[in-house]
Amino acid sequence: MKLIPCPHCGNRAQAEFVYERTADSVVPLDAAPDAAVAALFGRANLRGVEEEVWRHTHGCGSWLLIRRDRVSHALEWVKLIGPEALP
Amino acid sequence: MIGPAINFTFDGRCLTARPGQTLAAALLDNGIKLIGRSFKYHRPRGILSAGVEEPNALVTVGSGGRTEPNTRATDLFVYEGMVATSQNRWPTLSSDVGAALQLVSRALPAGFYYKTFFGPPGLWLFYEKFIRRAAGLGPAPTRIDPDQYAQRAAFCDVLVVGGGPAGLLAARDAVRSGKTVILAEQDAVLAPSLLRDPQEIDGQPGSEWAAIVADEVRASGGKVLTRTSASGLWDDQFICLSEKLVEPGQVPENGFTQRYWHVRAGEVVLATGAIERPLTFANNDRPGVMLSQAVRTYVNRFGVVPGKRVVVATTGDDAYLTAQALKAAGAEVVVLDSRAAPAGQDSGLEVHNHAAPLTAIGGKYGVTRLVAEIGGDERSFDCDLIAMSGGFTPVVHLHMQAGGKLDWDEAAQAFVPGTSRWNVRSVGLAAQPSPAEAVGAAGNTKQAFVDFQNDVTVADLDLAWREGYRSVEHLKRYTTLGMATDQGKTSNMAALDRIARREGMAVPEAGLTTFRPPYTPVSLGALAGLATGEHAQPTRRPALYDLHAAKNPIWLNAGYWKRPRAYPLGSESLAQAGLREARAVRSAAGMCDVSTLAKFEVQGPDAVQFLERVCQTTAGKLAVGRGRYTFMAREDGLVFDDGTVWRLGEARYLLTSSTGGASRMETWLSYVRHKLCGDLRVSVVPVQEHYAAIAVAGPNSSAIIATLTKAEAPRHMSVVERTIAETPVLVMAASFSGERAFEVHFDASHAQTVWRAIEAAGCCPYGLEAMELLRIEKGHMVVGPDIDGRLTAEDLGLGRMVNKAGGWIGQSALHRPAFADPLRKQFVGLEALDGGSIPEGSMLVGLAGAEAEGHVTGSGLRVIEGGSIAIGHLKGGQARHGEEMWASSPTRRLKVRVRVTSPHFYDPAGERYRD
Repeated sequence: MKLIPCPHCGNRAQAEFVYERTADSVVPLDAAPDAAVAALFGRANLRGVEEEVWRHTHGCGSWLLIRRDRVSHALEWVKLIGPEALP
Repeated sequence: MIGPAINFTFDGRCLTARPGQTLAAALLDNGIKLIGRSFKYHRPRGILSAGVEEPNALVTVGSGGRTEPNTRATDLFVYEGMVATSQNRWPTLSSDVGAALQLVSRALPAGFYYKTFFGPPGLWLFYEKFIRRAAGLGPAPTRIDPDQYAQRAAFCDVLVVGGGPAGLLAARDAVRSGKTVILAEQDAVLAPSLLRDPQEIDGQPGSEWAAIVADEVRASGGKVLTRTSASGLWDDQFICLSEKLVEPGQVPENGFTQRYWHVRAGEVVLATGAIERPLTFANNDRPGVMLSQAVRTYVNRFGVVPGKRVVVATTGDDAYLTAQALKAAGAEVVVLDSRAAPAGQDSGLEVHNHAAPLTAIGGKYGVTRLVAEIGGDERSFDCDLIAMSGGFTPVVHLHMQAGGKLDWDEAAQAFVPGTSRWNVRSVGLAAQPSPAEAVGAAGNTKQAFVDFQNDVTVADLDLAWREGYRSVEHLKRYTTLGMATDQGKTSNMAALDRIARREGMAVPEAGLTTFRPPYTPVSLGALAGLATGEHAQPTRRPALYDLHAAKNPIWLNAGYWKRPRAYPLGSESLAQAGLREARAVRSAAGMCDVSTLAKFEVQGPDAVQFLERVCQTTAGKLAVGRGRYTFMAREDGLVFDDGTVWRLGEARYLLTSSTGGASRMETWLSYVRHKLCGDLRVSVVPVQEHYAAIAVAGPNSSAIIATLTKAEAPRHMSVVERTIAETPVLVMAASFSGERAFEVHFDASHAQTVWRAIEAAGCCPYGLEAMELLRIEKGHMVVGPDIDGRLTAEDLGLGRMVNKAGGWIGQSALHRPAFADPLRKQFVGLEALDGGSIPEGSMLVGLAGAEAEGHVTGSGLRVIEGGSIAIGHLKGGQARHGEEMWASSPTRRLKVRVRVTSPHFYDPAGERYRD
């Protein structure tokens, strides 16, 4: 089971986290109809490195953006998402 | 081997074992070679190995709830009173009727299941009854396991799998460099190989040396676990260990039979050794044909010599140790070596070179003769034991489970661990197996077994190959090769060798199938741990649980929540109690615990913007102190939940939504807040369990609320702050029943006080059954059956309430053409025309039609006047009111004629709940 370094909690087991979606399937609030449909149903589903949205659901509850190799599972980085992450 | 004899039974025969013996050793010691019948052909089978790789000698051990089927006799240490039984035979092991299958064995060739599944319909149904009876292993126990399974989590710097010399050395090195160590050995003793091949290490006899190293590990704070199998290895060195505290079937002293470990290690050292490969020749599965190292183990460790006249057939050097051990034990030994004679060596044994076994002759009680080919000539040897060695396969399972790569070792004709994705390394024989020559199959291929446990022969592999199953993954699935409980530990390399030869390629090019956990079978009980029975999932009790329990209600498990379904009086049935409670609401007043509703406090200057993103209705237009019904769409435009939104202050709102969708809604609101609108000045706090909530409904509810709060009741869809029994409460006037109704929300710690006050004021408690009747009659939807995530607000008949200004999530996706289809399913009501209830879940079919055009989502009746009604989804339903259809449930053989109507059966104008 992978360890994911939560920016708040440090290394925690993957079972504490919930995968939400790839970053390219996030539908922005102001998305044009075509762009919204493309994000919902036309995601790239790459074999390789992608950015993904996760949440430390069974921990601190933070939303995370994770850059991950979907073949080797290697994590490039983990960042906070949301108001806490604003400068 | 010192100590009193141990009594046990095998198929009812009382036998004795010597201390430290496995069941296999004890049976051999008692002269028993026939242990079981094979899975498919019921061929007589004995003992092949002396370890966890055993494919043949499977027994059922224990009795009652402790019964454990398919236990390897080679991995089972005899204890006093052990009850072991052979499997897959009838009426007895020696006179097995199913053995007649051997005569018709070609009726079950490779791919038999595929061919019958995809053959003419009905063929499989014909075969199934016959095969289910004939093929199989031990039956699963039917009684509940009386024992408990513990679970533990642990962390260490270095986890060593395998307590042989290589593993012990790795553990010692780690301890001496200051690291914490856990060492797991699947055998009952450390360094079992040193009992098979006694030798001195560091000037100590092998097993004493092992004990000294183990003491050093323990003294440093480490753990040394025996009878512990590492079943799986995952990312970042996460490993599961399955520890037997007692043997299978044995009564544990403290109630715990196994302990399952979850270990996170800094580094994993795999000292898992190598498994000897059988040779492939005709009747190589007969009792009396064994692996060479296993024979040596029985002689040197367990004090059992399994044969007096032995042929040792080998492709490598290790088997010579077996020949010497047998000779020293007084057996006559002949060695057949596939290789040329090495120059200038005399082992003192009768050795034939360029020799390979062709056919074993013998029956269910053992072999009597071996026909071999020596330098092109056939020759026959009388014997009662054949010890074979086809080289060694490193145990790379854990390495591969964790995403490692393999390298090919030409000298050993074996795959060895290559690079690893994680901090995992292999040592000892797992990394460097002994050299051996590769030899192909010999003799009649129809009797030359590759996978002993699943009865796959060389001929089966050839057939699959001829039929086009060339990839090893396809071949595995077609023949069931390597798919038995032993996971092909002894069979995979022989099969690869055969495929490679047929394809004319090198073995590494043939590839390998995927290694999956567990390495050895793990009891389901160990995985469940203490989470069984009522602890299998969490139980959530609402704040009013004790008050409900005192009324002895019929409970409903709503998700994890325990909620009252009805409060029967006397001998009332569920239906009777539900109807009585619903009528009390229609005629006077009822009260219902709705504390489990999802609730969120939404506060901040941008609360309105947030709510108008999430909700499809307006929020900004609500005056302070007002509320409204609302619903929420996903990004794809489909409604997934509904509830109410209340404006408690200028920048403070309370949002409620469905009980069942509570955690999904929490996730969704948090996602929207953090990912989609991180810049809004708003806080969203779940308060589901902070507030208890009681619905008060019925024509008398307004007066009751006024009396209790000593103030005027709020008008419909208004919220006021009041006190009931000196407890501050929010009174929200909203109706889910069709009657004038209120929801009273308050600090959950005062739940009982408020409930008692309301009940004393003349309210009849009602449960979910009555709530269903009331809301179906009123045409209110619930999340789940009605709001099922497949309909838009328009489909649900909520189009008029949608915020015309837009901006809500899901709007962008509603432009898709399919949403304009007039035949989309829509929310409708249904009336039964000929009496009888409308079956929930039944299909809506035109009177002359054959196709389902919709389905019934909820079924009920008119609470006061009677008559069956229902709600459902129907294609183009909003334009079909008045049409007659069948509500049909073929599986229940139910069919009711219905008329499509508006879903609002009761007080459609809403006069009863308005002021």
